[in-house]
Amino acid sequence: MQPTPLQRALAAIVGWGVALLLFFPIAWMVLTSFKSEPQAITPGLMFSPTLDSYREVFARADYLTFAINSVVISVGGTVLALLFAIPAAYAMAFHPTERTRGTLLWMLSTKMLPPVGVLVPIYLLFRSAGLLDSRSGLIAIYALMNLPIVVWMLFTFYKEVPNEILEAGRMDGARTASEVWYLLLPLTLPGVASTGLLSLILCWNEAFWSLNLTSAGAAPLTAFIASFSSPEGLFFAKLSAASTMAVAPILVFGWFSQRQLVQGLTFGAVK
Amino acid sequence: MDASVTEAPPVETVATAMPRSVGRLLLLPSVVVLLAWMIVPLVMTLWFSFQYYNLINPETAGFAGLDNYRYLVTDPDFWVSLENTLILVGSVLVVTVVFGTLLAVLFNQPFPGRNIARVLAISPFFVMPTVSALIWKNLLMHPIYGVFGAVARSFGRQPVDWFADYPLASIIAIVSWEWLPFALLILLTAVQSLDHEQREAARMDGAGVIAQFVFITLPHLSRAISVVVMIETIFLLTVFAEIFVTTSGGPGNATTNLAFLIYARALLQYDIGGASAGGIVAIVLANIVAFFLVRSIARRLEV
Amino acid sequence: MNGGRNCDRAGALTTPRDTDSVCKNSLQQSGTILARGRCVIAHRIRGVLKATVSVAVLLLTGAVVARADSTITIATVNNGDMVVMQHLSSEFEKLHPDIHLRWVVLEENVLRQRVTTDIATKAGQFDVVTVGNYEVPIWAKQGWLEAMNNLPASYGVDDILKPVRQGLTYDGKLYGLPFYGESAMTYYRTDLFDKAGLKMPDAPTYEQIRGLADKITDKTHEIYGMCLRGKPGWGENMAYVTSLVNAEGGQWFDEKWKPTIDTPPWHKAIGFYDDILKADGPPGATSNGFNENLALFASGHCGMWIDATVAGGLLYDKKQSTVADKIGFAPMPTGSFKGAPTWLWSWNLAIPTTSKQKDAARTFVTWATSKEYIELVAKQNGWVSVPPGTRQSTYDNPEYQKAAPFASFVHKAIEVANPDGQTAQPRPYTGAQFVAIPEFQGIGTQVGQTIAGTLTGQSSVDQALRAAQSATERVMRQSGYPRE
Repeated sequence: MQPTPLQRALAAIVGWGVALLLFFPIAWMVLTSFKSEPQAITPGLMFSPTLDSYREVFARADYLTFAINSVVISVGGTVLALLFAIPAAYAMAFHPTERTRGTLLWMLSTKMLPPVGVLVPIYLLFRSAGLLDSRSGLIAIYALMNLPIVVWMLFTFYKEVPNEILEAGRMDGARTASEVWYLLLPLTLPGVASTGLLSLILCWNEAFWSLNLTSAGAAPLTAFIASFSSPEGLFFAKLSAASTMAVAPILVFGWFSQRQLVQGLTFGAVK
Repeated sequence: MDASVTEAPPVETVATAMPRSVGRLLLLPSVVVLLAWMIVPLVMTLWFSFQYYNLINPETAGFAGLDNYRYLVTDPDFWVSLENTLILVGSVLVVTVVFGTLLAVLFNQPFPGRNIARVLAISPFFVMPTVSALIWKNLLMHPIYGVFGAVARSFGRQPVDWFADYPLASIIAIVSWEWLPFALLILLTAVQSLDHEQREAARMDGAGVIAQFVFITLPHLSRAISVVVMIETIFLLTVFAEIFVTTSGGPGNATTNLAFLIYARALLQYDIGGASAGGIVAIVLANIVAFFLVRSIARRLEV
Repeated sequence: MNGGRNCDRAGALTTPRDTDSVCKNSLQQSGTILARGRCVIAHRIRGVLKATVSVAVLLLTGAVVARADSTITIATVNNGDMVVMQHLSSEFEKLHPDIHLRWVVLEENVLRQRVTTDIATKAGQFDVVTVGNYEVPIWAKQGWLEAMNNLPASYGVDDILKPVRQGLTYDGKLYGLPFYGESAMTYYRTDLFDKAGLKMPDAPTYEQIRGLADKITDKTHEIYGMCLRGKPGWGENMAYVTSLVNAEGGQWFDEKWKPTIDTPPWHKAIGFYDDILKADGPPGATSNGFNENLALFASGHCGMWIDATVAGGLLYDKKQSTVADKIGFAPMPTGSFKGAPTWLWSWNLAIPTTSKQKDAARTFVTWATSKEYIELVAKQNGWVSVPPGTRQSTYDNPEYQKAAPFASFVHKAIEVANPDGQTAQPRPYTGAQFVAIPEFQGIGTQVGQTIAGTLTGQSSVDQALRAAQSATERVMRQSGYPRE
């Protein structure tokens, strides 16, 4: 059935209205970042745009270092999590035992502990292992942090692979390794990709461990933000500029991969 | 996929084709690292929870017995924080599921520029929680500088002081804004997979838009909703940054959730013994939630 | 659902259509499903590898940094004066080419928890830390800070203002060097006072202040007679409240360390605080700390503001303040108990004992707190912007007096801050706007929350003070007081 033009118009108005409303806070942040400090505290639309805040933010902090750390840590954490999770999810999906379900749920429950509750134990461990302020330390933490979600997502994708295909592969003489590599992976690449995307987003935005376990060397963009939130004096424009810079990479990345996310982010919800 | 999915033989037949040990071997790395990640800090936390251990006051040290736990449960803030945690999780779940469903249906309708509108609508999910909280607090909800205040004044109303008058509701609003796109993403996929013929048939039978929604769309979405509830619960139980940035748990204890209470013990009082006891309680709470909620939902997911 | 059919949608990795068409061909050629999979993987992997290699190359080139000389890590707050220090540190590196600086600049609360965790677990991440005069004696007692002995004569230790110096002394030794110091005073808008025909007394009392605030408040024009800190925190609302309670003859603990919060002086003080903020305060008072109030005053929304003296330099800066030429000052108001401890805070640079670069760290700390550094700031940003409240020589300098009309007020306020003095009843602790015991951070913040609850009407003053009293008793019991 084709919707009537009236229905289309209505959907367009409501759809765009909601979208703009949801996007408004982000748009406002970007807008404020181009204001001068005195203009930033008056919520007006008329102002002469300036790059002063960006200039100052660049002068005060080495943005690139923070951004590179964010990229390395997020990508590293995601890749490591996938490396652990792919075999685990494969095993659970195709070689289930009576404990599979329990294992899966237990993995998920490990995520419900507030990180601050284990800060001091982890800090002491990191100190002993010499991992404080290191990218590898954060990569390990992030991989572990996201592992339950990643395993679960992959598991749901593998569950949906029709058995005929695996059977067909076996006819062709595939062994376990090549079965995973040449059959499962290509079939579930969209799933792996969207799992990776989700993990990447979660890593990028994590702000507890990244603040508490780094100092100067491995600090990612969340620490960059923490150096611009509520300093003395007027700070709204600078804060907006810094925030825009911290959010922009992942936001743009998210925009370009949103199709992938929409396709893949099902957690087995669709049958 | 095709019809083959539903008619697939049970997975066990495939499993028997492979040696079981291979499965164990593949599972082992994840389980081992997760176990280590879980057990090592857990044991340390458990140990600290029975100790007097204050970071900035090493003079008070030694075995505490159950003192830290007694101290925690007799703290009037503790019960409030449990209540706040549950209210926060529950409200955000309701808001995101309800609006997520409506938006999913909306964004499934064809209209000009739908893809761009959809991209805009899911954008909040990519913003870090700290930044979201800072924007909402300073640029939107601030009664003097904020946009909401300006809007109120232009209508001749007094601006609302959100974090003072409706503290928990304000936090819920911010967190819901962050998580609505996630619900939308998952529910949208589910709506898209809805069988067109089924809907057509219902329409032919004379079902109105609302009837279609209630009897066709909603049942179809129940699995997706379960997924949203489950994943969001995991993250919402530990909401912290939004509270830390905006209200610091106040005014009074109006927005103190369990995560924030533990933070206050650990990094304001530096009472590691007390914070560890709080951590153990949080683990117990997590497992209770896991037991009730996750299990019932997971059953529905046929995991 | 997301089986092979969707292979063409993995757009994030390579161009999807390519892979798909190429691999469809291979499917046709060799005919097996495995072959198609192999083709897809090979195609995708090449793309991923290319990306990975280029990222790795980028990183490696970025990671190669000279590590030959000593590199010190400095943890500091993101306040204006510290930002200037970071900016000017290139001068330091010119003077000392063998010392490299790495900066960790964080918001105050985050920095404090970060530094405390690190120093208390002896992890040694920082070589120079920025700490308050609250922490210095407590940490020195734990042996966490290096003593600042053998400072060169040219440094002029005796030039440091005596109350500030005493606050950093433990057991006769200095454990930190002050970067800037502050007391508190009353700021007011001369134009609003003139318009209303009012005059600020030379030494106002809290009663007079109340009357003045009522007269200037003009809520329709968003002018609020009195701005005060309302944001909960031991260093935010409780700094002001503690000072106010002292002025009204109250204190935190009696000589036996029993909390004395539920007593008449506290009721009087909190009653005043509550009334004036409700009647004449800005909306959102419970989210206003020092920075927020500074922004409010600088943008012309406050008639009066009682807060740290360091705001003077910022309010006078035309770049940051729309009211730079309309500011008057008066001392902090007094209550029923004259001569009570008022307010003394300093941000200091100290060296943790875990530092492995103590000499380089010491070189930096003495540079950043020296007379020469102050002159450097004056040369770069003007005298009004120099870090205040540390040195007699700054206040003796005629150029500073000229540039900063509030200088003598600040100097006097620091001299009479009296942090080691007595409250109306004898007390077992020191500190002006804080209590110099490790537990105060936790107690102060918790009580601060309770007091903020009275501003929003969540609880009455009576309820709040009762709750604060019992909460504080609990913490003190748990912490093993009374000790002696």
